Amino acid sequence: MPVEVDTGLATLSDQLILVTVLLYVIAMIGYALQLGFGRAAARASAAPVRELATVGGRSAAADAPETPDAQDTHRDGQEDAQDGAEAAAKAGNAAPRPGFAERAGTIAVVLTWLGWATNLGSIMTRGLAVDRWPWGNMYEFVVAIAFAAVTVFLLMQLRYPVRFLGAFVALAATLSLGFAVRYLHVQAGPVVPALNSYWVAIHVSAAIAASGLFIVGGVSGILYLVRGEKPSRLPSRAELEAIAHRVVVLAFPIWTFAVIAGALWADKAWGRYWGWDPKEVWAFITWIAYAAYLHARATAGWRGRAAVIVQLIAFGCLLFNLIGVNMFLGGLHSYADVPN
Amino acid sequence: MTRTDDDTRADTVDTAPAAQAGESGESGKPGESGASGKPGASGKPGGSGGGPAAVRLGAIGWARWFWRTLTSMRTALILLFLFALAAVPGSLLPQRGVEPADVAQYFRDNPTYAEWLDRLWLFDVFRAPWFAAIYLLLFVSLIGCIVPRTGVYLRELRRRPPAAPRNLGRLPQHASYDSEAGPEQALARSAEWLRARRFRVATGDGWVSAEKGYLRETGNLLFHVALVGLLVAVGVGSLYGYRGNVLLIEGTGFANTVAAYDRYIPGSQVSAESLEPFSFQLDDFQASYIAAGERRGQVLDYSAKLRVSDSPGAPERDYELKVNEPLDVNGTMTYLIGHGYAPTFKVVDGKGNVAYDGPVACLAENIQTYASECTIKVSNAQPEQLGLSIRFLPSTVPLQDGSYVSVFPGALNPTAQIRAFAGDLGLADGIPQSVYLFDQERLKKMKPLVMKAAPLEVGQSMELPGGHGTVTFTGVKEWASLQIAYDPGRLAALVAAVGAVLGIVLSLTLRRRRIWVRAEQGEGGGSVVQVGGLTRTEGGAGGFAEEFADIVKALSGATASGVKDAR
Repeated sequence: MPVEVDTGLATLSDQLILVTVLLYVIAMIGYALQLGFGRAAARASAAPVRELATVGGRSAAADAPETPDAQDTHRDGQEDAQDGAEAAAKAGNAAPRPGFAERAGTIAVVLTWLGWATNLGSIMTRGLAVDRWPWGNMYEFVVAIAFAAVTVFLLMQLRYPVRFLGAFVALAATLSLGFAVRYLHVQAGPVVPALNSYWVAIHVSAAIAASGLFIVGGVSGILYLVRGEKPSRLPSRAELEAIAHRVVVLAFPIWTFAVIAGALWADKAWGRYWGWDPKEVWAFITWIAYAAYLHARATAGWRGRAAVIVQLIAFGCLLFNLIGVNMFLGGLHSYADVPN
Repeated sequence: MTRTDDDTRADTVDTAPAAQAGESGESGKPGESGASGKPGASGKPGGSGGGPAAVRLGAIGWARWFWRTLTSMRTALILLFLFALAAVPGSLLPQRGVEPADVAQYFRDNPTYAEWLDRLWLFDVFRAPWFAAIYLLLFVSLIGCIVPRTGVYLRELRRRPPAAPRNLGRLPQHASYDSEAGPEQALARSAEWLRARRFRVATGDGWVSAEKGYLRETGNLLFHVALVGLLVAVGVGSLYGYRGNVLLIEGTGFANTVAAYDRYIPGSQVSAESLEPFSFQLDDFQASYIAAGERRGQVLDYSAKLRVSDSPGAPERDYELKVNEPLDVNGTMTYLIGHGYAPTFKVVDGKGNVAYDGPVACLAENIQTYASECTIKVSNAQPEQLGLSIRFLPSTVPLQDGSYVSVFPGALNPTAQIRAFAGDLGLADGIPQSVYLFDQERLKKMKPLVMKAAPLEVGQSMELPGGHGTVTFTGVKEWASLQIAYDPGRLAALVAAVGAVLGIVLSLTLRRRRIWVRAEQGEGGGSVVQVGGLTRTEGGAGGFAEEFADIVKALSGATASGVKDAR
């Protein structure tokens, strides 16, 4: 068990996090500029793109650059017709167009990658400073979750036209990093014996990855509700729902695994694999709520708005589990170090 | 349960007999559509209007209605919500199974309120009948869905992929191309190519039909069966397992018998004889702490050195018990869950006899500094029984006001401050007493001998006034609290959990899809080949467009010549 803390690296980690917050904030402004001003030109090109987008197989085969748009616009068959116009407008938006707003968006993506790198650097220097996995307390955990959410967004925008999410993911990342720096920060140091296990690499990493995905799903869900059915700069509701569903489908097995890995660890550390500790209860509630979302989405009468609300309830449970349980309820997970 | 892959796409396609054929299997629970409607014709059960036959019919009707409602997706969803909601109070209120001391405290603080909460089982949420009712209903609903669903799936596994729809152009995914090969040859090559890609292929007059992705449903069923398995494993564990706690001071031993436990919680099917007959001795306990800096006093590591004998008479082996490294003796696990100090004292009574000589376990009142409290009840002291209330400080520092505090959890400068009382300890009253603390009412009845004394260092003695003898602080030991648990459902729970993860990954990542190929005679000995595709997985359409494009490309390559669009 290492005792020595490399204070130089620890300080570097703290500084890198501030740089990260700054980069995310500027990136957020860039995304917002594109979202706010990069729209008007798209309307004109909407009609021809719609033709292309609904061809399906042919367009995907013949016209490689258009592929993601084509898929996205008809991802959701039954809602395609009503949302067609907006979907097409969205597809048109992804085509290269000149203008400062588009440039602002591109710069925002670059800045997000830079922020991602400094975020990663901060996590790694923190880990190296204490010579252990750098998620041993709330501060480190929240920093890692923000990193995971940004990673999910960056990877998604490589494949799908989801740049509009950037402003909101960057906002979420900025808020959580700011919260972590302001209220959760503790000096780098060794962890208590119970946390000193290889399970931290498995259980906590899975929880972080799932949380990062769920955050993107939650952001899409909130946008769905905010957006309404009227014409908007945002993509169609069907698309927002499809994005949310896609990330939840990915995150749910990871969350399941995280809970089970947690049970395996609890079996080693606490003498039982499940003991209804507050954190366990809320992880379970979160799991049930997301399971309910997946089921609701496939049930007549629950599709659409109701399913999105279920997803957001589940997201609320997740957030309460991540933050609320440690701050208000205590229990065995409370040694995850929240400064008073 | 398995209605996540409810096939919304299939019912928008009216062409496909295939889609209709599969519909009965994929559209969810049998009778779902009728779930919300009451059995109209049969009327109320036992209704006065009908004859005996009608009443019987009514009862069956109601049973059917009940079963359909219970196994409907809507009910399953509501039960899921209830299940989650029911768990909430379990995290907000202290639970007997987790924090019995906090429950007792709650009762002292709000006696009336607590009594009402207790009537609703809110201190035992996870053992409450209403909680059990929710999850049992949920699992019945689950089983009511798994069983018919499995039957449908097994039948589907044996069935050939359905015939190609007449007009492939009406499918959501479609394309056509000219082939130089004749229709038969083009179809044969397509079938061959699809078989090589592990599609299940059926051929007919002028068409090829192929289907893939059956593992999705396998995963779906596996996931839900695994959940039932998990419930069974947990049930087995709580019926046939036991757990208990024991506090061991350095130099003492433990043999795994019911009597040796401080607290023993057996499952209802556990007999005292079935306990694994191992024993061990705690030779040494060590805790190490951070000595300097902002985190001074934080624990770095705990280690308990055990000598373990796996069965009576078996040779002893050394084991270093740590927090994340439990001792495993044939599936019975011993965990290190706490520690504290056990200073040793020697009490010589007023008549010169040694009335007490040994360690006493102290409870930490502050886990940052391990300032601890303990009591010694010297019942065989003469002329009067003695009660010693001890404050143990592992790293003692004097304060300006004359009091003393501990500043570090390690035993750097251990002292003991003793308050002594003489009189009847009340041990013969038959009222159970805490081993660790005095009942304040009892102390008021006793005669105070020493109320404020300078702390004793190791080796120092204190004379008790009035010829009551002397107390000597002879040394410091440590104790470890251990949890011993046997859960025969552990492994089964793990297997079920792994099955659940595997199942959910299969069911969420795979998609079921069908490909149809039709070929007709074209110009000059060639053929016009039409390809249609249908995915039966909601949300899977996006990726399927890509896959379909690849398939068309490969098929046209395999049967030669260029792609022609067909809308």
